[in-house]
Amino acid sequence: MTRRVAVTGIGVVAPGGIGISAFWDLLSSGRTATRGITLFDPEGLRSRIAAECDFDPFAHGLDAAQAERADRYIQFALVAAAEAVADCGIDFGAENPWRVAVSLGSAVGGTTRLEHDYVLVSERGQRWDVDHRAAEPQLHRAFSPSTLASDVAERFGAQGPVQTVSTGCTSGLDAVGYGFHTIEEGHADICIAGASDSPISPITMACFDAIRATSPDNDDPEHASRPFDAHRNGFVMGEGAAVLVLEELEHARARGAHVYCEIGGYATFGNAYHMTGLTSEGLEMAKAIDTALGQARLDPTRIDYVNAHGSGTRQNDRHETAAVKRSLGAHAYDTPMSSIKSMVGHSLGAIGAIEVVACVLAMAHQVVPPTANYETPDPECDLDYVPRTARPRKLDHVLSVGSGFGGFQSAVLLTGRGGRKR
Amino acid sequence: MSARATRRTAITGIGVVAPNGTDTETYWKSVREGLFVLDRITREGCGHLPLRVAGEVRGFDPSALIEETFLVQTDRFSHFAMAAAGAALKDAGLSDAAADSPYSVGVVTAAGSGGGEFGQRELQRLWGQGSRFVGPYQSIAWFYAASTGQISIRGGFKGPCGVVASDEAGGLDAVAHAARTVGRGTDVVVAGAAEAPLAPYSMVCQLGYPELSTAEDPARAYRPFTSAACGFVPAEGGAVLVVEDADRARGRGAEVRAVVAGHAATFTGASQWDRSREGLAHAIRGALDEAGCAPEEIDVVFADAMGVPEADRAEALALADALGPHGGRVPVTAPKTGIGRSYCGAPVLDVAAAVLAMEQGQIPPTPNVFDVCHDIDLVTSQARPAELRTALVLSRGLMGSNAALVLRRGH
Repeated sequence: MTRRVAVTGIGVVAPGGIGISAFWDLLSSGRTATRGITLFDPEGLRSRIAAECDFDPFAHGLDAAQAERADRYIQFALVAAAEAVADCGIDFGAENPWRVAVSLGSAVGGTTRLEHDYVLVSERGQRWDVDHRAAEPQLHRAFSPSTLASDVAERFGAQGPVQTVSTGCTSGLDAVGYGFHTIEEGHADICIAGASDSPISPITMACFDAIRATSPDNDDPEHASRPFDAHRNGFVMGEGAAVLVLEELEHARARGAHVYCEIGGYATFGNAYHMTGLTSEGLEMAKAIDTALGQARLDPTRIDYVNAHGSGTRQNDRHETAAVKRSLGAHAYDTPMSSIKSMVGHSLGAIGAIEVVACVLAMAHQVVPPTANYETPDPECDLDYVPRTARPRKLDHVLSVGSGFGGFQSAVLLTGRGGRKR
Repeated sequence: MSARATRRTAITGIGVVAPNGTDTETYWKSVREGLFVLDRITREGCGHLPLRVAGEVRGFDPSALIEETFLVQTDRFSHFAMAAAGAALKDAGLSDAAADSPYSVGVVTAAGSGGGEFGQRELQRLWGQGSRFVGPYQSIAWFYAASTGQISIRGGFKGPCGVVASDEAGGLDAVAHAARTVGRGTDVVVAGAAEAPLAPYSMVCQLGYPELSTAEDPARAYRPFTSAACGFVPAEGGAVLVVEDADRARGRGAEVRAVVAGHAATFTGASQWDRSREGLAHAIRGALDEAGCAPEEIDVVFADAMGVPEADRAEALALADALGPHGGRVPVTAPKTGIGRSYCGAPVLDVAAAVLAMEQGQIPPTPNVFDVCHDIDLVTSQARPAELRTALVLSRGLMGSNAALVLRRGH
């Protein structure tokens, strides 16, 4: 017996507006939420722009104790999870708590708090033998990356497998993938799955500056994130969270739940090539796509939309275009492929989950979100990137793909009407 | 219960970097003899901190084991992981594992503290000198995925690669993750965890854990299951295993050293040790169920041994809850009292010890623990000879995870 996995709830905290409604408004309008950094003074940095969340924890349902205790990225996750949980309609108090899992991803976890307190204990980088007396009492919670999944599990009473996933920029896709496996293989019936990151801090901006991965278009932040465009020059840092409630399909049906779609397949591979570099062939990402399609026994010609990693670095967009052509063949040219990072930036570990939620919404609305800022074709990127304007389209089978530092290449397949065949 | 758990997963290789031995042979000898190596912390910049005792890995020379190109771009925690992975692959006879089919070998590590020493150095450059002084490797050395990525690149492994960034129990989750990846069709997964949490700022970060032992005297710092229990002592190091499809292993003439038979994980809240009784018992039952194993079949338990009175009590009671009368009779051991807890690395070191214990027919002792005040048969003082077919390894994390893993001896 194969257990199938449904998406029955979604929630998001993203730049440009908090919550599913504001998020879809942004994506379907093609507006961009990138701007000059306001979260700290970015003077001296090469890239001084980002997609920030206008986030007030109190306005979004957290109380003073929660806001005090939880770092920004955990606050995002709690708010996104609350929206997803409310959306799915499950009464968590009535569920068997041992059958409720949590799988949340984050690339850099508590580094923003770690840096904040580091400055205090080191007298602004003056001493190696740091002074512990200047540290804040919650610092150990930032040190432990599992605080993310732990806090969300505690909040919603989950007592099954609780995991924090940290595979760099594929963390969000992989957290959804691990949640999918957890239910499919019978270790839980429900999984709160997603990812969160709030990496807009001096150390994280500086380390991407150091390898020139981020865009230096500080004078025109609204147009700085230009995936697939010939004049792209790096990604724009983002922040945010997205959470999905994954549920065993019969469990969802038994309670008459609204099913957005199913997770049709998931795969991840390493490129074993370089921690940050990508080949121009895209072999390993293609292998992930092929494997995810194989799990659903779906012919590549059935793919209706590819939600790209599309970070806007020169090598990524070329790599990914090659991978999708390798997997979909001639059908790649008939398949719209867009990058929402053009609008909400690249929130490292969180973005994979935000993109899966974007795919769920695209299927729900039967509309493909666009690639904003796309103007000038690049001969090496010759697919249909849905320039600037959202496009109505019949969407039954949607792929979301991602690449991460460390060589991770992941693909998640969502299936809508009709589900998957096996 | 698991839909796809039809393939049996074997452990065919073990690699260890631990405070009591930087290779597997030395580690096992130390564990079997109950060697106690907890000591005052000697690492630079730590002497003034109110965390005095730890299990340091000493005498580890990464440059003898790892190429310079990898060393410069990685933190000490990845040095341990790469060294242990190399040793495990060699042990399994798979040093050239990726040559024929790179997609058939995956990597999964657990990480609970990241590249703290490297990160502190770069933070010092940023805040002390300016952003232009941050080096190009900060983006790949500090983050939790560093070890998996570097092991994959170094070995040419293109199979499924994963990272569970977890509290201690994540070490067992990584082994289970590997076994399930093999169950889904990947031939070999390099799996484990190693940590290096003893840089000054990393130590400051740990001071907030209420369970941390701040004892000054190494001999009194970490004494679980006794009335003198006063918290746990952190440590460096860890272990990496080669997890492989058992039939494939036999087909290539490799020794199946143990079978990963069952695993389950639960969550009962950070530092809520009373609740961990129920969570641990539930995890034990789940792991036994997946293994098709009766409680009486368990021949030895490698305990979590947190060293906090409520946590120790909860663990002893969980054994009774899940194993019934057998819970009071089965030999229990905690070799980690001799070396400390290297976060995610600790339970993987216990898995390594459990495999070796089954092979050698010796239950290693719990160093420096006497006068047990709970109703368990804790093996103390010296190793106990025993026929060991099945071992149960337990772990709990400071953020609330509980995990249990059942291992069967290889045949």
